[in-house]
Amino acid sequence: MPGDTLITSENDTDIELDFAGVEDFQENHKREKHYGKRRNGDRQQNKRENQRRKRSSKSVQGIREESQSKTERRERSRRRKGKAEHETSGHEGNKRERDQTRAKSTKSKKNIKNEKTRKLEGKEDGEAQEKSEKGKLKLVCAKNEEKIESGDQLKEKEKALGVKKKKKRRKKVVETSSEPETSEDGDDEEEVNNDGEVRPELLSPEELEKLKEAVDEKKKLIQSLRGKPWPMKQKLVTLRESQLFVEKYEGALGKGKGRKLYAYKVMMTKKWMKFQRDFENFKTACIPWEMKIKEIESHFGSSVASYFIFLRWMYSINMILFGLTFGLVMVPEALMGRPYGSIPRKTVPRAEEAGAMDFAVLWDFGGYAQYSVLFYGYYNNQRAIGWFKFRMPLSYFLVGVGTVAYSYMVVIRTMARNANESGIGDDNSFNFSWKMFTSWDYLIGNPETADNKFASITTSFKEAILEEQESRKDDNIHLTRFLRVLANFLVLCCLAGSGYLIYFVVRRSQKFALDGLENHSWWERNEVNMVMSLLGMFCPMLFDVISTLENYHPRVALQWQLGRIFALFLGNLYTFIIALMDAINLKRKEEKVVKYNITMWEASLYNGTGSENSTAPPITIHPADVPRGPCWETMVGQEFVRLIISDTMTTYITLLIGDFLRAVLVRFLNHCWCWDLEAGFPSYSEFDVSGNVLGLIFNQGMIWMGAFYAPCLPALNLLRLHVSMYLQCWAVMCCNVPQERVFKASGSNNFYMAMLLVILFLSTLPAIYTIVTIPPSFDCGPFSGKNRMFDVIQETLESDFPAWFSKVFSYASNPGLVLPFILLMVLAIYYLQSTSKSYKEANVELKKKLQMQNEENKKKNKQAALKAQMDLEEARKSASQTAVHQRNNNDSVQRREDDEEIDNKNQRMYHGRNPSPSVGNREPHFPVRDPGPRNAHNGNHGNPRYLPGFHQQSEPRMCRVPSLERH
Amino acid sequence: MGNKQTIFTDEQLDAYQDCTFFTRKEILRLHSRYHELAPHLVPMDYTNEPDCKLPLALIVDMPELKENPFRNRIVESFSEDGMGNLSFNEFVDMFSVLSEMAPRELKAIYAFKIYDYNVDNYLCKEDLEKTLNKLTKEELTPEEVELVCEKAIEEADLDGDNKLSYTDFENMISRAPDFLR
Repeated sequence: MPGDTLITSENDTDIELDFAGVEDFQENHKREKHYGKRRNGDRQQNKRENQRRKRSSKSVQGIREESQSKTERRERSRRRKGKAEHETSGHEGNKRERDQTRAKSTKSKKNIKNEKTRKLEGKEDGEAQEKSEKGKLKLVCAKNEEKIESGDQLKEKEKALGVKKKKKRRKKVVETSSEPETSEDGDDEEEVNNDGEVRPELLSPEELEKLKEAVDEKKKLIQSLRGKPWPMKQKLVTLRESQLFVEKYEGALGKGKGRKLYAYKVMMTKKWMKFQRDFENFKTACIPWEMKIKEIESHFGSSVASYFIFLRWMYSINMILFGLTFGLVMVPEALMGRPYGSIPRKTVPRAEEAGAMDFAVLWDFGGYAQYSVLFYGYYNNQRAIGWFKFRMPLSYFLVGVGTVAYSYMVVIRTMARNANESGIGDDNSFNFSWKMFTSWDYLIGNPETADNKFASITTSFKEAILEEQESRKDDNIHLTRFLRVLANFLVLCCLAGSGYLIYFVVRRSQKFALDGLENHSWWERNEVNMVMSLLGMFCPMLFDVISTLENYHPRVALQWQLGRIFALFLGNLYTFIIALMDAINLKRKEEKVVKYNITMWEASLYNGTGSENSTAPPITIHPADVPRGPCWETMVGQEFVRLIISDTMTTYITLLIGDFLRAVLVRFLNHCWCWDLEAGFPSYSEFDVSGNVLGLIFNQGMIWMGAFYAPCLPALNLLRLHVSMYLQCWAVMCCNVPQERVFKASGSNNFYMAMLLVILFLSTLPAIYTIVTIPPSFDCGPFSGKNRMFDVIQETLESDFPAWFSKVFSYASNPGLVLPFILLMVLAIYYLQSTSKSYKEANVELKKKLQMQNEENKKKNKQAALKAQMDLEEARKSASQTAVHQRNNNDSVQRREDDEEIDNKNQRMYHGRNPSPSVGNREPHFPVRDPGPRNAHNGNHGNPRYLPGFHQQSEPRMCRVPSLERH
Repeated sequence: MGNKQTIFTDEQLDAYQDCTFFTRKEILRLHSRYHELAPHLVPMDYTNEPDCKLPLALIVDMPELKENPFRNRIVESFSEDGMGNLSFNEFVDMFSVLSEMAPRELKAIYAFKIYDYNVDNYLCKEDLEKTLNKLTKEELTPEEVELVCEKAIEEADLDGDNKLSYTDFENMISRAPDFLR
């Protein structure tokens, strides 16, 4: 019979259709879901297969013919696909749709439609068989295509089923269309384009909405792709697919009016994205010294790198301070103010003129340097300068206030951000796990550092084990407590001793100063400086020795060390300030005398000239000859500049001698020395993080203090930081060895910040004190002639603002208004503080609860696990008891196997029998797919446990058997 | 005559930038590093995506990984075949995850993979022992190792099965102060 051949083919399609599920639309929906899950795996597999096929067709000659035939087939199928799509998407499809809309209600017609689709499929069945040889890929493709075709035809009904499905289908359309694209090159793109152009016109508004959502989803996917834990290949493929999807449907979205706008929007977002990316690239390229710091980090661990990051941060702050002072004070004065030599304060006095250009004088910031924009004294008290009336004194004052305000803002903001970041992870519940999984510093790339790290990790584990073992007995804790208290006591003694020493020396030096410095030796003259630097050198060492008593974790130890050296340096700084205050007072006494003398001198001058010719204009005296006051502000500025310079020099020299020379000596003298220099006493130096950080902080403090009286200070500091960045980077890489106990400097950044804040506060105190209490010099600086420096505000208010403003201001500054305001602020602060406290408490409480819950869960789970174990054992026991009844069991097993065989026979018979009626009538697809027989055999087994296994066994056989038969 | 060799097309570079945390320059730098590892194997021209893999031994020798006790595991867990042969794609992927811009969650996922020596999706005691021995260069006594592993599991195990699943691991590591800082 000719029907026989048809039978087999029908069989095949049966199974295929079973997979594709075209017959029942509701089931179709479910299966689609199922497919979606499987698709990923299938697709990748298929792609790989395709690539392999391509490669093989290129390389192996023998298989070429075969592959050619395959490609032929593929092309044929593609053509067919195209044709089919054309059919559906073209006029015919439209007609059919119209037909459908007419015959929507009548079910019988629909059945006819169904049959039509089936006919279509039937045509393709033969080819589908061929495809099944080639592999699953084409099969899946074809199936999907079929589905789409049928789906398109029956769109109307599907609409009723829900729009969600459509969205899914759309996605699938894309996936299927992008699938051949990856395997087959250019040709398919046309198809894809056709696809994209035709489809959106068929869409309804809701569908558009859905499509839009899908596009947005894809966009989101593209953005979040980098955070997905997928292999790169998958990422790239998904990226390409979703980009294609977005590209294809973005343009189609929106109709009529909205369309252009939408396209424009899309274009702009694309441009914006590109710009953002470029900007991001630019930004990362702009971060200075990134590579250097990374390199250091890889060699010395993150604690050393944290110093350099801190240095860079300081540099950025100083950059802004420099911009403020340079742009708003120095440049305007230099360009628009009166030129050099026009008035006494802008001229080098006659007595100093001879040596004003000597290098020694300039190095000390005397001579021409003193009478320049670098210092306070040079600025004129003219209210407005230049053609656009730049308010110089006001600008000077505001810049001075602004630098301090800006610094406060930046430091506090950085602190707050750091505090937010370090808010988590302060409990100690995962001690060992953390040690195990997070102790390695993945940035280490230097063998020595790595060795040290290994050693430190081992010791930390040993310590933890010891702690764990000895947590019950606390006698050791008492010892460490005692030692810590002792260490702190010793440190306090040290600090007090050094403080007294400095006090003593300063008092003595004041006595010497009263006597006149010329009568004393070099030591007595420089006593204060020498004592201070000696203390600064030896005290940290002493603290280091003491801190070994305490046995802290190195991170904690570093903080203690930092705190102690901080206290020491603070003492030094304040003695310096006290000495400076004394000098200011001396200068002011001198000033009074000079002021008196000047009036006398002027009077004599006028008297002398007046006697000869009273109407003649006053004699022009060269500004260099005019007697002038000592100008204490410039003196203060000079002192600070000198201090900075000498500090910088000592830092660099100690760097060169202490690190570089030592390293050179150790390196080259090692060959001819009696002991091993590298391993023994001098060895190479370590990078001293704490000392360097403190140096940086104190340096910054001096900048803040002195910047008001010497506008050049930020510039100088910028230079210094720039040089020290390079110098220290080089020194670290060239002549330092990694620290013995490498640790991560995670939390200490905020510690630096806290110290910086304290220093900022302490350094602004004296500056503010001098500004507020001491009247400015009478003949130099922008505030000369005023009673106090801040009078400049009052003056500006009176003369530059309308009258009502100054009135309002005077009312506002009335104590009756200011006091309540301050009170309100205090209340607000109190309120915020108390709420934050309560939040903190709540946080701790919640943490506790969480921990409790965790422990409870642990207990519960453990109990459950125990119970399960018990049950298992019981089951085993019972199993061994029932071993006697094994014979019975065997019997039952045999019986089951018999059942299976029967079932299989049944199945085959079904397959054999079933299609025969289908030759005449197309309907009998249903009986085959009818799960009836399966139900029947399930019914045969009384034991439901057996069902799944059997089910799985039988199904693949059903699939495979026919295709095997055919060959 | 300015004959600058093109290593990637612009589309490729864009795609890499979308898939990783790197900028254009960094990707090119990565390629040059990859090329340096085996100049005779790796082509300079990557525009047509050549199929080329470098063995584990070459990659482990990079200065970035050389001192890392987990270098073999890192490379293995990023390779597709699990044997440590890395294509350029996987190479970029590895450094993208290890870079400092990668988010905590992603790092946690890969960290788990790295510590999971026998690839059974659980950190069992053997995994922990191996980790610990690598971390301390086997300087702890077996008893100490035993104790530490037991303590670690006891601390982090939430469901009482005596091994750490990913959820346990994630829960533990997300609170660690030293992780990703």
